Amino acid sequence: MIQRPGPIALILAAFVAAFLLLPLLAVVPISFTPARFLTMPKGELSLIHYRDLIDNPDWRRSMLLSLRIGIVSSVVATSLALAFGLGIWMFQPRFAALLVGIVLLPMIVPPVVSAMVLYFFLTSLSQINDLVGYDTWLGVTLAHVVMIVPFALVLILVALAQVDRRIDLAARGLGATISQRVFGIILPNIRFGVLTAALMAFVLSWEEIGVTLFVTSVNAITLPRMMWMGVHDNIDPAIAAISVVLIVITTLALTGRMLLQRQHPA
Amino acid sequence: MRASAPRLASLLLLGPLLAFLTLVYLLPFLGIAEWSVTLPTPGFGQYERLTGDSLVLSVFLRTFRICAIVTVVSVVSAYAITYVWVRGSRLQRSIAELCILIPFWISVLTRAFGWLALLSNRGLINAWLMGAGLIDSPLQLSRNEASVILGMTHVLIPFAVFPLASAMRAVDERVLLAARGLGASRLRIFWSVFLPMTASGVIGAGLIVFVFTLGFFVTPAILGGGRSIMVAELVYLRMFQSPDWGLGAAVSVVLVLIVGILMALLFRLARPALMGSAR
Repeated sequence: MIQRPGPIALILAAFVAAFLLLPLLAVVPISFTPARFLTMPKGELSLIHYRDLIDNPDWRRSMLLSLRIGIVSSVVATSLALAFGLGIWMFQPRFAALLVGIVLLPMIVPPVVSAMVLYFFLTSLSQINDLVGYDTWLGVTLAHVVMIVPFALVLILVALAQVDRRIDLAARGLGATISQRVFGIILPNIRFGVLTAALMAFVLSWEEIGVTLFVTSVNAITLPRMMWMGVHDNIDPAIAAISVVLIVITTLALTGRMLLQRQHPA
Repeated sequence: MRASAPRLASLLLLGPLLAFLTLVYLLPFLGIAEWSVTLPTPGFGQYERLTGDSLVLSVFLRTFRICAIVTVVSVVSAYAITYVWVRGSRLQRSIAELCILIPFWISVLTRAFGWLALLSNRGLINAWLMGAGLIDSPLQLSRNEASVILGMTHVLIPFAVFPLASAMRAVDERVLLAARGLGASRLRIFWSVFLPMTASGVIGAGLIVFVFTLGFFVTPAILGGGRSIMVAELVYLRMFQSPDWGLGAAVSVVLVLIVGILMALLFRLARPALMGSAR
């Protein structure tokens, strides 16, 4: 019989939960203001800021760009992390912890340092090839892959940790080749983990700002970069509208993930 | 031939990501580290500036002060909600999980903007207070250090939850039952048994939160409004507004060193909690 949290713990936790949700809820009423500046709606509600997101070519362009960067960087990061995770799981190389640690670096190193590193890498790449350098969509994609690959790896390693090693050992004992083991045994067992990793990697790229800010200026304006400019110049209520959209997308993705997990615990 | 197949396969699997990160991330970092001792003149002048320049020093001190406050508040808050997430009823657990994970996956930019929507002059709180007739003119709630602390705490609570959760899951229920059987009150069980048993998680959470606060850029830049500059913003300003690459590089190296030392401590002190999460 487990001892459930008492009233004091529940009250404290409720306070924390409210605190965590508060700023997410605050943008909802503001996004419906009819005014052109950040303010609470007074009586009248309006959808003009949501329409703005579709009508205004700048918002539209930045959303499409973020979509493209998000999809490409999520696919690349998930593939790299999947291969790496499989290598660690199947071969358990010496210094495995060190190797994983290297991949996790971009998650641990202060974002501003990563941003600087990627800024100087991309500006020097620009001098060789101006397609993949600073302020290009491929350059941003490259930077995003670095930043999201640790998260993808963590999710894939968690999925791999739940695979029963004995199944793989049995297949190996029966003479299965490495590719048979990967495609016949391991991948089918972790497919939901891989899907989750790809989905989460997309969300992270779609919302990335810390590094994007450093590696873009006028051409590769992603959605968060567009929001950042709006926050700094004059606070445009369209940012409240796009924030609501982002919160809804993230909540749906998370709920989907929870439901998937309930059906397929691995 | 047969014996070399696994070696080839492991190289093909592990190689691409390691090569990619080395090329795009590790080598460029070493390049920047080199600038800290070569720009504008060779030597350790930039590192001397970190301790001698009163502006740089004050930014570091402010950063440490804010980080310390944020760490304590985040870990205490995270402890409360993690307790319910780990030990609550099924419904309580689901609610707690959503409250933790939804903010976790939403961008720091969106969350900082949410705080602005609450705290700015025309934001929700001022609108309510004025609507209720409690104040005549809006209070200055944002663009100060308190709002930076609030915003950063909001970002970091979920990061503190994960190490705490694995420490709490590792607690053996029978120990708590024994304490109850011996007549200890709820509070006594928590204070003398449960809290000490999860201490490694508290240390782990504290170190992780502190590490993440150090390099924070977006939240302080938006909520601080350029008034209470922290280290990350200093790097940004020195790199892009006044080309002072040597100092920016030196600050980066110091940040990575501090983070490295803290992470080493984390692995030493919180190994049980981290191992617990692997199960």
